[in-house]
Amino acid sequence: MAGYKPVAIQTYPVLGEKITQDTLYWNNYKTPVQIKEFGAVSKVDFSPQPPYNYAVTASSRIHIYGRYSQEPIKTFSRFKDTAYCATFRQDGRLLVAGSEDGGVQLFDITGRAPLRHFEGHTKAVHTVDFTADKYHVVSGADDYTVKLWDIPNSKEILTFKEHSDYVRCGCASKLNPDLFVTGSYDHTLKMFDARTNKSVISVEHGQPVESVLLFPSGGLLVSAGGRYVKIWDVLKGGQLLVSLKNHHKTVTCLYLSSSGQRLLSGSLDRKVKIYSTTSYKVVHSFDYAASILSLALAHEDETIVVGMTNGILSVKHRKSEAKKDSLPRRRRPAYRTFIKGKNYMRQRDDILINRPSKKHLELYDRDLKNFRVSKALDRVLEPSCTIKTPEITVSIIKELNRRGVLANALAGRDEKEISRVLNFLIRNLSQPRFAPVLINAAEIIIDIYLPVIGQSPVVDKKFLLLQGLVEKEIDYQRELLETLGMMDMLFATMTRKESTSVWQHASDGFLENKKVES
Amino acid sequence: MVEEESVRVVRCGGSELNFRRAVFSADSKYIFCVSGDFVKVHSTATEECVHILQGHRNLVTGIQLNPNNHLQLYSCSFDGTVKLWDYVDGILIKTFVVGLKLHALFTLPSAEDSVFVIINKEKPDVFQLVSVKLPKSSSQEIEAKELSFVLDYINQSPKCIAFGNEGEYVAAVRDFYLSVYFFKKKTTSRFTLSSSRNKKHAKNNFTCVACHPKEDCIATGHKDGKIRLWRNFDDDKKYTYTCLHWHHDMVMDLAFSVTGTSLLSGGRESVLVEWRDATEKNKEFLPRLGATIEHISVSPAGDLFCTSHSDNKIIVIHRNLEASAVIQGLVKDSNIFTGLMVDPRTKALVLNGKPGHLQFYSLQHDKQLYNLDIIQQEYINDYGLIQIELTKAAFGCYGNWLATVEQRQEKETELELQMKLWMYNKKTQGFVLNTKVNMPHEDHITALCFCNAEKFENPTLVTSSKDGHFKVWILTDDSDIYKKAVGWTCDFVGSYHKYQATNCCFSEDGSLLAVSFEEIVTIWDSETWELKCTFCQRAGKIRHLCFGRLTCSKYLLGATENGILCCWNLLSCALEWSAKLNVRVMEPDPNSENIAAISRSSVGSDCKYTPYFDNTSKSLTKIFFLTSLI
Repeated sequence: MAGYKPVAIQTYPVLGEKITQDTLYWNNYKTPVQIKEFGAVSKVDFSPQPPYNYAVTASSRIHIYGRYSQEPIKTFSRFKDTAYCATFRQDGRLLVAGSEDGGVQLFDITGRAPLRHFEGHTKAVHTVDFTADKYHVVSGADDYTVKLWDIPNSKEILTFKEHSDYVRCGCASKLNPDLFVTGSYDHTLKMFDARTNKSVISVEHGQPVESVLLFPSGGLLVSAGGRYVKIWDVLKGGQLLVSLKNHHKTVTCLYLSSSGQRLLSGSLDRKVKIYSTTSYKVVHSFDYAASILSLALAHEDETIVVGMTNGILSVKHRKSEAKKDSLPRRRRPAYRTFIKGKNYMRQRDDILINRPSKKHLELYDRDLKNFRVSKALDRVLEPSCTIKTPEITVSIIKELNRRGVLANALAGRDEKEISRVLNFLIRNLSQPRFAPVLINAAEIIIDIYLPVIGQSPVVDKKFLLLQGLVEKEIDYQRELLETLGMMDMLFATMTRKESTSVWQHASDGFLENKKVES
Repeated sequence: MVEEESVRVVRCGGSELNFRRAVFSADSKYIFCVSGDFVKVHSTATEECVHILQGHRNLVTGIQLNPNNHLQLYSCSFDGTVKLWDYVDGILIKTFVVGLKLHALFTLPSAEDSVFVIINKEKPDVFQLVSVKLPKSSSQEIEAKELSFVLDYINQSPKCIAFGNEGEYVAAVRDFYLSVYFFKKKTTSRFTLSSSRNKKHAKNNFTCVACHPKEDCIATGHKDGKIRLWRNFDDDKKYTYTCLHWHHDMVMDLAFSVTGTSLLSGGRESVLVEWRDATEKNKEFLPRLGATIEHISVSPAGDLFCTSHSDNKIIVIHRNLEASAVIQGLVKDSNIFTGLMVDPRTKALVLNGKPGHLQFYSLQHDKQLYNLDIIQQEYINDYGLIQIELTKAAFGCYGNWLATVEQRQEKETELELQMKLWMYNKKTQGFVLNTKVNMPHEDHITALCFCNAEKFENPTLVTSSKDGHFKVWILTDDSDIYKKAVGWTCDFVGSYHKYQATNCCFSEDGSLLAVSFEEIVTIWDSETWELKCTFCQRAGKIRHLCFGRLTCSKYLLGATENGILCCWNLLSCALEWSAKLNVRVMEPDPNSENIAAISRSSVGSDCKYTPYFDNTSKSLTKIFFLTSLI
């Protein structure tokens, strides 16, 4: 008492890149907008507050861009030398930046002149960040020191001299106002606690550290240096969790996607790789024109901004959700229609009888179920089906043949209908995956319509086209056989190592046949 | 050594349930059906078998309720006895010995102390309906030799006999005749269809008959799909008939409901048709019953119907045409391509079932566990259609994997092959399709076998084909961060001088693979897929291959088409012994060193299969132990 079994549609594996949720998500961006900066873009930082402006540090300037503006809406250019690491405060109102001359400057977003000027570093300051309590600034410099500054009275609070080489990257914890991490060219990452005056964790990365990142929870620490991206477990005292080697040049920047599920890394090899933070496998990657120095994502991953060595800033905006077509929607039945009878409370003696759920069938399946074979064939010969999904048409033809009614379904067609069938044959006959089914169908058509040939010029032309196609295909096959023969001769002249006739096919050919039902 | 008496045949079941109409008990709680030498009592509510009434020594051919006592059941059999049973307790009450082969049984409430049976006395094709007087006696076994003749030259099928209007007359059909015998008048009238005489290929043969329970009305089914309703048949001249036509093929059975308001009919279409008030317009359908309806019966209480189907199944149907229970026996398809297998997990017998299905049949409980739909396509029941056949199946890895091969060949060059690999899902307790391979080989697949050795963690499957290749398929990890998945891919393709690969077999520990290429056996290392050695006896194509087990694992047995059984020693790579034995089936015992080889004995013309059990270690002395099974 089984129900009707729908026709099995033969599926064919799609060649090329595998389509996953990630490829769909990360490909859903518009073509990038290119903005030319004055020098290599060393830092991009998004304001955490709406309207999510972003600060771009390049050469001796800091530009603030609006989300969709191509021109800077504000510029800070009061630097004598190269500026580094312009970073927004959590409330988006203050901006701090280091510079080549060793100064650290604090700006108000609305103002032009620096609010504070922290002097103390003797060499270039490459990294600055606000601590979680918003009132302190951490800076690391090429004089091997890390300093903590107080904003209200612009004083230096602490100095850490634990690194033995340039400090080039750093990151403050988002939760604890006293914790921050710095990475240095001495291959180490150090986590400092402002309460203890010394580093609490120190881990060996193995290469000069270019970028560090703390997870929002503060439990995991990511470092990039050399070709490696390494993940450290802070809660286990800095144990190495995983080491990723997916770039073939130095990794320069790291970023977390807004959901925290994906980690992005940019590298000098001009690629941005996206990792899953659960399995640490690469799920997607982007290519850029030049070596990447900086990378940032906007709130909700709406925008990807990448800064490159050639001074080009590439801005990609997410495609807006496809708007529903504004056609006046047909009035749907009222809500009460749907809940009619559903809210009836079952009484004690009632027997509940559910209406059997209806199985959805495709239109051609409905026709086949009722043995309307010609109608079913007509449906799948609609242009919308033959062009988009020829495998459905072929599967239905195959099914009709299996039922022994293909000749019935093809017979009795007028000029327009038969030319539609012939068009489909002409388009698909030479495809190897469809050929066995369609050759059979073509034979049946020729058998049926042979007596009426010559009555319609349109159909005659199609038959001639089909004939030409078959002849071309035969020639092609002959050529292939000739090539095969030549190759066999070449192989025969080569001496074989083994006396037994064993050979191993490349398994690729069979992989094509494989289809995994998940 | 295998002792002769250690082989004993136990009849487990698997008999036909659809041989005769099923019978309901008076309260519709039980349904009775014949099953080989037994009568089975099933509950209509739970489908479970409640009792098996055993006692007949031959096929049971008819069952009827005792009209005088609704808790008793009559049965008749080819062994010449009519037995009376108490079905509530499942005990035999009385045996009436008639002494003739009984083909069918009928009872009538009006004829209290007699039953009607169909016998044939003289010619093999001429059957008579006789009434047997059942003498009253207290003894268990009573002779009942008092026969009185009722009708001659009738069809042997009980479907062609019907008693009407509380036993006033009996109607019988055969070929183009409808004969009616009136018990009171003691006359027989015979009716023919006017059109049937002259036409040579007339297809309106009578196939079945049913009588209205209240009125004088007879319904007959015909080969062309028509149903005729006969009235006024007590008059040879004035009789009339009307015609009902829906079936496009032979009407297999007819039954009136208890009140006579509706008529049920069924046939090859597997649709139960209910004709209300005997009119053509007023009909209801219950479609998609799965197989040809062979019999229809109606419960005496009138609340249930039941249909017996050609796939050995009985469906209990509620009065409002809703199927309520299915009693499924062993499905016997015409071709069992897959052979017999045992599911390692459920220990059920597995073989071809319904078209396109594998059936799992429990031998212990004599019932079907479930059907696995392999082909998953709508089955079109029509003559001359080339169906997709399920040709090969094999279990692997302790029942975790099932491999099946299906094929359809329309013309010589157009072969459609598909191999499917099914994984056992512990949660749903069933097989789930994992991998589908289109055209795994260019030509027919001749054998497939899994490597069942314990040390192989990675499941391995080998298929051999007539295209001259054998392919090794392995399970590979296909998972990514989104889902965990496994799939099968081809790992190695081997061939030997373009000969057809005919058999393949793994050794017990899985280290060696034997593939036979027509007359030659090749041995491959399963680690590296290197050809190790070949054996050739030039004694015909190899039909079966089998490795020895346990202490005999150094031997390889091969049976050829020319009737030679060879045993090779794998250590010395030489023929150990050979014997003349035309082996049909060869199967190793999974628990011992024995290998059962079943051969067709060349003595005499009757097909007698005798199994030889040969213990390879002992068979160095070339001794076979013969036990006759049949």
